[in-house]
Amino acid sequence: MTPTVAAHGAATDVERVFREAYGQAVAALVRIFGDITLAEDAVQEAFALASERWRSDGIPPNPAGWIVTTARNRAIDHLRRTARGRVLLEQLGTVATRSQGPADGEREEDGPVSDDRLRLIFTCCHPALRPEHRVALTLRLLGGLSVEEVARSFLVTESTMAKRLVRAKYKIKAAKIPYRVPEEADLPERLRSVLSVLYLIYNTGLDDPERASLRSEAIRLARALVELMPDEPEAAGLLALMLLSESRVPARTSEGALVLLRDQDRTTWDRAMIEEGHAIVRACIRRGQPGSFQLQAAIQAVHCASDSFEATDWPQIVALYDRLLSVMPTPVVALNRAIAIAEVEGPGAALTKIDAIAGDLDSYHLLHAARGTLLRRLGQRDASRAAFERAAHLAATEADRQFLIQQIEE
Amino acid sequence: MSQYLLSTYAVEGEVSGAPMTPGEMETFMKRVVALEDEMEATGTFVFGGALHDPDAATVLRMEEGDVTMTDGPFVEAKEHIAGFYIINADDLDAALAWARKVVDAIGHPIEVRPFRATGRVQA
Repeated sequence: MTPTVAAHGAATDVERVFREAYGQAVAALVRIFGDITLAEDAVQEAFALASERWRSDGIPPNPAGWIVTTARNRAIDHLRRTARGRVLLEQLGTVATRSQGPADGEREEDGPVSDDRLRLIFTCCHPALRPEHRVALTLRLLGGLSVEEVARSFLVTESTMAKRLVRAKYKIKAAKIPYRVPEEADLPERLRSVLSVLYLIYNTGLDDPERASLRSEAIRLARALVELMPDEPEAAGLLALMLLSESRVPARTSEGALVLLRDQDRTTWDRAMIEEGHAIVRACIRRGQPGSFQLQAAIQAVHCASDSFEATDWPQIVALYDRLLSVMPTPVVALNRAIAIAEVEGPGAALTKIDAIAGDLDSYHLLHAARGTLLRRLGQRDASRAAFERAAHLAATEADRQFLIQQIEE
Repeated sequence: MSQYLLSTYAVEGEVSGAPMTPGEMETFMKRVVALEDEMEATGTFVFGGALHDPDAATVLRMEEGDVTMTDGPFVEAKEHIAGFYIINADDLDAALAWARKVVDAIGHPIEVRPFRATGRVQA
């Protein structure tokens, strides 16, 4: 191996470790000092130090522990420089005493506690923060994305995103949003907020190929959540939903154009992800505490289990949508249920159901796309074309718009 | 321990809901008194009350070295603060739990805002 290749290999290893250790390290530092900005700055400095040292000395056996110890020492040094910081250090007592970290040649390492990240994700996804701030904080603090990367993910400038993050962190500190796993009584509502943030991150990555890395980030965070909360079936349901959706990504587009489920090449679906998703769904069914994410995962599981669109167990899908609609009575769920009904009772029955909810979803392009498809199947060409025109006009992404324009012409 | 302002707003010229009957008024007052008793008993209550209309307000401001007065509220708006509690709470979750009880008791929106400093009660 040439020296250049070795150096390149080491650099990517270091980057991978950074990405994985970042959330753990920030979360551990927040536990110790109770201050997110201090934690971030100290972890940043520890990473800077690590990138010099690890490239020459190699990656230590417990990189996250190394980062936490080094960052903790850095933070203490910062606090000692101001009177206010010295008061804080005194209040914190022994939790925040400077240890001779491995950076100084000693062996002592304080490892991150597994619950740290869990506590931090509940802080980041607190319902008192606006949803776009929850997403940004989660990606920055737990996902370890740079401000620039988070900004790019949400199509805003770096300075806008920086301001957004500063504002969210200000509120956490000023209003004292706690850093802990919520109490039993609050847990269902608070967990829902965490799960929606992760799902939103995933879907943002699904809508735009340039933001594809958000999908793997969301799956990574969902996996961590399931590991930390193994008794929460909805967390498992979300992970399964993401995996089953992810398994079909290779077939979703062809040369940049959207391919409908009906026309997808199912041999390109990722079998390993489907198997993992199916196993989680089966475990959820055995547990018998269905929720909206588990039911959505179960619907995807039925799709993924079929060799072709025609062979899909549509009555089962409609039955699952019935149950989903009872726990999540939204017009979008009703629309998807109606689309499934077309495969069981025919396009006429589905169209009647869609027209009944059209008022609620008049500005949603997929409602008009569904109407266009059903009207075409019923032979009503003009009405179908008008529906696709409306859908194309309302489409959120360029890929969707191109696809719908093509439908108008067909 | 932190302190939070829980405030409720009234919209000028707008009476929400039907006027209360004397019986309804009595149940309403009972709910509020029970809530305030609970706040007292848990060391949560610092101060609170309902305010007169903004028409009763006076604004004082420094102008060229003199303090001048104007009749009426500081903010010319349709919404005005109508009442508030100042409470002790460990963190935002605790404050939100109390705010939820206030919403249940009075049926109006509550804004929860943390104090940055609280004068001599700051400990």
